[in-house]
Amino acid sequence: MSTAAPHPASFRAPHDPYALGGGRGGHGNDGGHHGEATGHGAGGPASKRIVVGYGFWIYLLSDIVLFSAFFAAYAVLAGETAGGPSGAEIFDRGRLAIETGCLLLSSYTCGLGSIAAARRHGRSTQLWLAATGVLGLVFLGIEVQEFAALAAEGAGPQRSAFLSAFFALVGLHGLHVGIGLLWLATMMAQIATRGFRPEVERRLLCFNLFWHALDIVWVGVFSIVYLLGNLG
Amino acid sequence: MMLGKLDWSAIPFDQPIPLVAAGAIGVGMLGVLAWITRAGHWPYLWREWITSVDHKRIGIMYTMLALLMLIRGFVDAIMMRTQQSMATGGAQGYLPPEHYDQIFSAHGTIMIFFGAMPFVIGLMNFVIPLQLGVRDVAFPTLNSVSFWLTAAGALLVNVSLVVGEFARTGWLPYAPLSETTYSPGVGVDYYLWAIQISGVGTLMSGVNLVTTILKMRAPGMSYLRMPMFCWTSLGSNMLIVAAFPILTATLAMLTLDRYMGFHFFTNDAGGNMMMFVNLIWAWGHPEVYILILPAFGIFSEVFSTFSGKPLFGYRSMVAATLFIVVVSFLVWLHHFFTMGAGADVNAAFGIATSVIAVGTGVKIYNWLFTMYGGRVRFPTPMLWSLAFMVTFVIGGMTGVLLAVPPADFMLHNSMFLVAHFHNVIVGGVVFGAFAGYTYWFPKAFGFQLDETWGRIAFWPSVIGFVLTFGALYVVGLDGMTRRLQHTEVDEWVPWLHVALGGVGFMMLGVAAQVVQLVVSIRHRDRLRDATGDPWDGRSLEWSTASPPPFFNFAVLPDVHGEEVYWGIKQKAIEAQRLGPEPRYEPIHMPRNSATGFVTAFFATLIGFALIWHIWWLAALGFVGAYATFAVFAWRKEEEYEVPASVVAEADRARRAARHAWLETQRDREVPA
Amino acid sequence: MLLRKRGGWAVRLLAPAILLALSACSPASILAPDGPIAAANRQILYNALAIMLAIVVPTILATLAFAWWFRAGNPRARYRPTFVYSGRVEMIVWSIPILVILFLGGVIWVGSHDLDPRRPVKAAAGQTAPPLEVQVVSLDWKWLFIYPGQGVATVNRLVLPVGVPVRFRLTSASVMNTFFVPRLGSMIYTMNGMETQVNLRADRAGRVYGQSAHYSGDGFSDMNFAVDAMPAADFATWVARTQGAGPVLDAPAYTALAQQSQDVRPYSYRAAQPGLFEAIVMQRLKPAPGPQEGRGGDPHVSPGTPEIR
Repeated sequence: MSTAAPHPASFRAPHDPYALGGGRGGHGNDGGHHGEATGHGAGGPASKRIVVGYGFWIYLLSDIVLFSAFFAAYAVLAGETAGGPSGAEIFDRGRLAIETGCLLLSSYTCGLGSIAAARRHGRSTQLWLAATGVLGLVFLGIEVQEFAALAAEGAGPQRSAFLSAFFALVGLHGLHVGIGLLWLATMMAQIATRGFRPEVERRLLCFNLFWHALDIVWVGVFSIVYLLGNLG
Repeated sequence: MMLGKLDWSAIPFDQPIPLVAAGAIGVGMLGVLAWITRAGHWPYLWREWITSVDHKRIGIMYTMLALLMLIRGFVDAIMMRTQQSMATGGAQGYLPPEHYDQIFSAHGTIMIFFGAMPFVIGLMNFVIPLQLGVRDVAFPTLNSVSFWLTAAGALLVNVSLVVGEFARTGWLPYAPLSETTYSPGVGVDYYLWAIQISGVGTLMSGVNLVTTILKMRAPGMSYLRMPMFCWTSLGSNMLIVAAFPILTATLAMLTLDRYMGFHFFTNDAGGNMMMFVNLIWAWGHPEVYILILPAFGIFSEVFSTFSGKPLFGYRSMVAATLFIVVVSFLVWLHHFFTMGAGADVNAAFGIATSVIAVGTGVKIYNWLFTMYGGRVRFPTPMLWSLAFMVTFVIGGMTGVLLAVPPADFMLHNSMFLVAHFHNVIVGGVVFGAFAGYTYWFPKAFGFQLDETWGRIAFWPSVIGFVLTFGALYVVGLDGMTRRLQHTEVDEWVPWLHVALGGVGFMMLGVAAQVVQLVVSIRHRDRLRDATGDPWDGRSLEWSTASPPPFFNFAVLPDVHGEEVYWGIKQKAIEAQRLGPEPRYEPIHMPRNSATGFVTAFFATLIGFALIWHIWWLAALGFVGAYATFAVFAWRKEEEYEVPASVVAEADRARRAARHAWLETQRDREVPA
Repeated sequence: MLLRKRGGWAVRLLAPAILLALSACSPASILAPDGPIAAANRQILYNALAIMLAIVVPTILATLAFAWWFRAGNPRARYRPTFVYSGRVEMIVWSIPILVILFLGGVIWVGSHDLDPRRPVKAAAGQTAPPLEVQVVSLDWKWLFIYPGQGVATVNRLVLPVGVPVRFRLTSASVMNTFFVPRLGSMIYTMNGMETQVNLRADRAGRVYGQSAHYSGDGFSDMNFAVDAMPAADFATWVARTQGAGPVLDAPAYTALAQQSQDVRPYSYRAAQPGLFEAIVMQRLKPAPGPQEGRGGDPHVSPGTPEIR
């Protein structure tokens, strides 16, 4: 993960090196005025921090599309209980409240971690990241417990198309949280061994984006699956 | 059990064709490996190619993979055409259904995912940074991971030739046929894991190139100064980012159905197979434009260069590209008008589908007017482009015919449809890829492809293309449906023979392409391109040497106006001198990394293990993949410095060559 | 119908091409209709084709002409390297496709509604018989046709009275297929657990070709069936004869039939249990099974069911 050169300033060439003649280039339908560049790209490639963050945003968008497909499948199959239990019968509001609280709080601690990292406070960064991890673990633990309980009641994903879609959507989110936790642990180890090097900071930025995105997706899961399911 | 479902019965000892084919491929590969070992090329290959994160090298490897897979897919095509022309009037031909069904499934899968996709991604990889005037893509190591994951997918598909079987469900595994109830074998699993693994690579490649185009351009290279190829590539990669996750999700659902008894698309327990069809085409239709948009970009470059004119209606072309990007998401239902949706739904999607032809029509006319008032030259890339123009309008027309629901009620799934999408994919994407291959080959390797053999390859290919798919159009109108292992209608037989004859011509074309490559390599000194600008090009890739130095540009170009390189070239000819030598500075370049190769190794293990239910091996693969990332994350140096002296030396050689070239241009008329 | 009248000019325009195609028309040809739906579908095909050829042919000619005239070696062609934009040309370039699509959009809208598969077909002139209902079930790999009004059923052979509107109700026992009789018109998917409909009419006595137009597995190539259209009187005779012989189609017989088998020769059932089709659609009868045996990677197709062959 690296760009051609470290800083945009160094790209300002003293003079166009490919100007085979001394003059300025430009041809075509720009009406013959060869003024300074306009619009984006005027300064050359963006800094690595911007490029990495931007690229990760694009990736997150694709991840949102992935979730959208599972949301769509859930919407199509939500009524297909095939004689099995419906959402209202299996969702446990108390457990859901704790889960949601944990995840939302973890986003907050994750944010505090990034503030600490910006200030180069190694210890408090680690502390906040650890808190984020613990909250994430609790969330994941509750979810696994919920899944296991449902499966034990005979309401596993094999029971009906509705339950398949439910397990897949919530499970996909859980899988993301799980991968996030692995990433988090790796991140903490890296901060511990390498300190706040530029590439570590960039990765921390991406992790923050990722974790907050998971929160947003959870809000969707919470509203569409659990709230609407409880109504129905 | 240690090896899951895998045992000796997986090897098709009773089927000589795949066994012999796989044996031949195996012997061939062993031969190549032995030659590499004997000649001692491994260190070179490892250092310069396998671990390379240079976008040019990765682009070339993508293209090589694509060419190999195009040949594999073409062999499948030959077998299908032969089978269909033999198995008529009670005869069964030489391919029993369980084998024939794998062949047409593999043909489509390989051609789209491992032929066309790597070809256009390879060309985009190679060209985009050069055209944007930068030194690499946004994420060079990720780029290497993308390529090797694609190669891993291709490997898995080809392993299925000899270990187990490939899917017998068509290139899109429609449920419920692809569910375990009706396809209990490993064929669909091979399909699923091969596509998922390469799909991750494609998605990462899309993220990478979108970021590159939006955030990594030379100073002054504003959006409306980008060459058209960059624009269409931007459109294509945005579609990848938006559409490929849908494919991943759909196949993941099918995987859950098959492996864990979920009910997304099953017949029972409320599963909904129509959802599979909707989801797969919500990806599938944008996919068509993912493939064709880069080809449109290539044609734009080629028409402009060889007409000696800027692209006509540049802004109009940009608008048409973005129009196509948006509308491509609104038409997926035209793939199943015959599902029985109401007249309103069918009509709305039919009209939306024809609307997309507006964007394409605008592009066709702008290419036409690019030639108008030009000085048109006809080297091989231009021949492919003209053949595209002439045949593509026909393919587009038949496409719009299929978008008319009542007509589609007669033509859906027929050989007419087969002819239509080959007409546009071969005539559009493949001709475009060949045009791009011949156009940028001298840039990549420093010598041109032999023109004579290029023409020899061109004509039989086009004649065969017209014959084959012309015949399939006719037989489709005569009511023949696709994917038949044998037929019983006598009137179809002559047309099937004509189609086979067309394939014969195309074989000549393919052979000539191979000969062209060999001849060109042997005569590379004669075909050498010293100037870096063999076609009198217009965009920045032609301003650097051929092949470009690994850092592409000694100093990043400073862009003023559109077609910057063309403009300064004309001024240089006029003034008969080069600009002053720039001040060379050290350059930072990314280090090589084995991450991509090692990740793909573990991905292949994971895929193979999951196909055969060898759970411990899959777990091992995941641990290995994680370890690879950890090693990558902990490496000390990401970049190294290229000293100014090295940069200067390379660039001075280039300048000397340019100077010599300038001498030859003394009497050239400079257009106003 | 509205469409038939409008398209006369298109037929004349395309006459040579049509003649060429007709010279070798198969019993499955979509260009030789034997009924009003197929004729109307074909008409729309021709209309759309004619509309588009009107711009496609000039475009192809212009491509070749421009490339040839502006070749580098032609001293008479004027080199205009600055001709890169013209508002007028852009105007034309956008409006030609838009106009064509507007026109075509009308054809699509009207055609989709006129030829909606669910829309009933009128009886032929002078034909007074009530519409016939046929229930179609696609199986691995054969077709079952149930005549609820007549109480009979057939496998791999569809018998229809000439001139009488036929309402097909369709479903699938297992995987997806497409019911398609090219000479009669519109095809339609068959899907398990769902019912689709198509309305057709045969206007000419004789045997034509019916097929599955959606790949459904190893036995797919043999999923074609004979369609025999006969005068109404002959049809009545056929029904009477069929009611006199053959096995009975009830749930056990259906379950046996639903086993995978290939290349099944046509035969008929003298009686079909009422409500069988609905039971299949509602999945009261389970979806048909797939292959019965398999090895590591290569399951074999289960053998056919000999008792009904």
